[in-house]
Amino acid sequence: MSDTISNEPGSSNVVEQALYEVRRKIYPRAVSGVFAKWRVILVLATQILYYGLPWISWNDRQAVLFDLVSRKFYIFGLVLWPQDIIYLTIILILSALALFLFTAVAGRLFCGYACPQTVYTEIFMWIERKVEGDRFARIRLDGEEWPWSFKKWRIKLTKHSLWILLALWTGFTFVGYFTPIQVLAKEVLEMTLGPWQAFWLLFYAFATWGNAGFMREQVCKYMCPYARFQSVMVDKDTFVVTYDKTRGEPRGSRSKSADHKQMGLGDCVDCSICVQVCPTGIDIRDGLQYMCIGCGACIDACNQVMDKVGYERGLVRYTSERAMLEKMDNKKARHYIFRPRVLIYISIMTVLMTAFVASLILRNPLRVDVMRDRGALAREIEGTKIENIYRLQIMNASENVMQVKVVAKGLPDIQVLDSQGQLVNQLSVSPASNLLLPVKVRVGIEDVQKGTHPIHFEIRAEEVGAHASGAMRERVEKSSFIVPR
Amino acid sequence: MSDFFNSGWGVYIALVTIVGIVWCLWLLFSQRKTQVTYKPDGSVADTGHVWDDDLRELNNPLPRWWMWMFLLSCVFGIAYLVLYPGLGNYQGTLGYSTTGAHEASVQQANQQLKPIYAKYMEMDVKLVAADPKAKEMGQRLFLNYCAQCHGSDAGGSKGFPNLSDRDWLYGGEPADIRTTILQGRAGVMPAFAHLSGVEQSDVANYVRNMAGLAADQLKSARGAEVFKANCAACHGGDGKGNPAMGAPNLTDKVWLYGGSEASIIETIAKGRNGMMPAHQEILTPEKVHLLTAYVWGLSNQKVSADSQK
Repeated sequence: MSDTISNEPGSSNVVEQALYEVRRKIYPRAVSGVFAKWRVILVLATQILYYGLPWISWNDRQAVLFDLVSRKFYIFGLVLWPQDIIYLTIILILSALALFLFTAVAGRLFCGYACPQTVYTEIFMWIERKVEGDRFARIRLDGEEWPWSFKKWRIKLTKHSLWILLALWTGFTFVGYFTPIQVLAKEVLEMTLGPWQAFWLLFYAFATWGNAGFMREQVCKYMCPYARFQSVMVDKDTFVVTYDKTRGEPRGSRSKSADHKQMGLGDCVDCSICVQVCPTGIDIRDGLQYMCIGCGACIDACNQVMDKVGYERGLVRYTSERAMLEKMDNKKARHYIFRPRVLIYISIMTVLMTAFVASLILRNPLRVDVMRDRGALAREIEGTKIENIYRLQIMNASENVMQVKVVAKGLPDIQVLDSQGQLVNQLSVSPASNLLLPVKVRVGIEDVQKGTHPIHFEIRAEEVGAHASGAMRERVEKSSFIVPR
Repeated sequence: MSDFFNSGWGVYIALVTIVGIVWCLWLLFSQRKTQVTYKPDGSVADTGHVWDDDLRELNNPLPRWWMWMFLLSCVFGIAYLVLYPGLGNYQGTLGYSTTGAHEASVQQANQQLKPIYAKYMEMDVKLVAADPKAKEMGQRLFLNYCAQCHGSDAGGSKGFPNLSDRDWLYGGEPADIRTTILQGRAGVMPAFAHLSGVEQSDVANYVRNMAGLAADQLKSARGAEVFKANCAACHGGDGKGNPAMGAPNLTDKVWLYGGSEASIIETIAKGRNGMMPAHQEILTPEKVHLLTAYVWGLSNQKVSADSQK
């Protein structure tokens, strides 16, 4: 499998080429500028959030904990149960819409600044740069043939040790969202991790190390489904990283003193720094490509060069296809941002977001399921009353004890009694737990017709305890009462 | 047991699987090279397919790591088929089965529960009945295994005894309850079809009279003789029943099949067959212990509350 590429100009020739291409390692050059600064800010923001969140406490427990074993998700004051899966659905829909919106406005913003793949690659490359040096030092180091010198061993071992440490910490933090992280830390130190915790810690660490250290742009190019469908949502008014061809071409090197216009040259000095800084190894001057993650590194790099040679900035810049075609400046091109599809995305998102927040605020932590006993239709109590049996599943999704009272409505003099024949007045349900309560419902035999009667249970609960808001919670659940013929 | 009626299907599946894997490997190998046409200006020619005006198809190479992943999944597949059942009727070298996995996890769960149960196993039933945690566990077991017939509140229904009152067919001591759960009970009331309609009605009135319900006194007086001749053997001369054979007490207000004259006549004429299934094979001794305590506690609320003090 040889990678013979022969492209002599002037002749159209057919070449046999290997279909399984060896990855050419990319050595992105360090870059500074506005967009690089934004990326650093976003890397810090997302990672402080990610690494820090599990260590915050709330109501005497971990503030954010997804307890899979007991099927409860704690998010600050909120305790979500499997029944609340709708919130996850809404969050996913909102995320998708946000992606549509950002992509329509400015292309692959998410990819370039907030995607974990970009963020971890950025951190890993930062470590790499600190240990091995910038682009040319790294190329020189990797060019060194076997057997490696002591220096190369030292540098490579240092880099990988740092990478692996960071990756392990990342894996540890990940598992810390599902098991209380302080307990987890103790278990790690005492080497008493459970098999699944150990597996996920090491697997996540391995994935971090592999994806951010080695796979890098390959993930964006070949694995990521977002990458492919995001490109489809770009239209001619979307701001994307663009090389101004009319201004730049024909490219060529020149001496600083010469007047390039007279030489028939464009503004591009063909320094190839935009290619050197690209984390996916493309040449932006070939136009927008699917590999472009919209990180803006080439913009920063080109602006620096333009400053140095004394040309105007923005040879490579964020702009839209329409602006390029109709030679608009960015100010005018920005008028096209608020086009119908963007407005539609925004309005759908606003509606959904409002509904989401409202439903979270109005969420009732008291839930009740009523199940009528199917084994027997009804009982006659000493010839005076008819009795039906129900099971009430009372769920307390709050973090306070609930004092629960149950009554039934819908038939005259209807009574709800527990197994011991007592009224259900002061039933306490522990925080974040549920209680199965068999109840008898009685109605006077003279008061009802034979057949099935709709009734409803009214369940009232008062939250008591340290975090109690003193709120009264209420649920009404329908059921039916059967009087046998 | 085989999954198929005909063993030929096993062979067929094994064949399709193996041919599939071999074909995948051959495909990977045969596609390792491709013809690329370079145009005179040095650019690569596309396949000539165009969509949406300007979307052209190139023939770009796949990344090499992808090829290794493909090979790795083929190797994984083969290893899996050697170790686990999957290739037709071949059972795999590890001897894995879903039934086995289920049994192992049941055993594991029982092991985990053992220390919780062990505490109660050493305690007397009456003390267990007073323990709130045991009560909670007992209720859950009851709702799982008993409530279908006896009702969620253990109040029973027609044909299924109420377990929360003080009336017991086979005795209400913990030992009796345990025997009932373990071995089940068959409560047979034979049919007295040979009695005439008048005799049946007479004895039904006699029984209602014993229980203190409204009865025709004339019929009841006549029924006394019929009762002595036919019913007393099981229910006793005084009608108080016999817990040794589960013959119910007829003098109280508890009626398993209904206490109206018509219901009693139906019981006499057609007989009754009560059936409590045995749970020896279904429940572990620990569960039986907790259930016994729970059921005993239902009709001895006060007693069990006192013993806690």
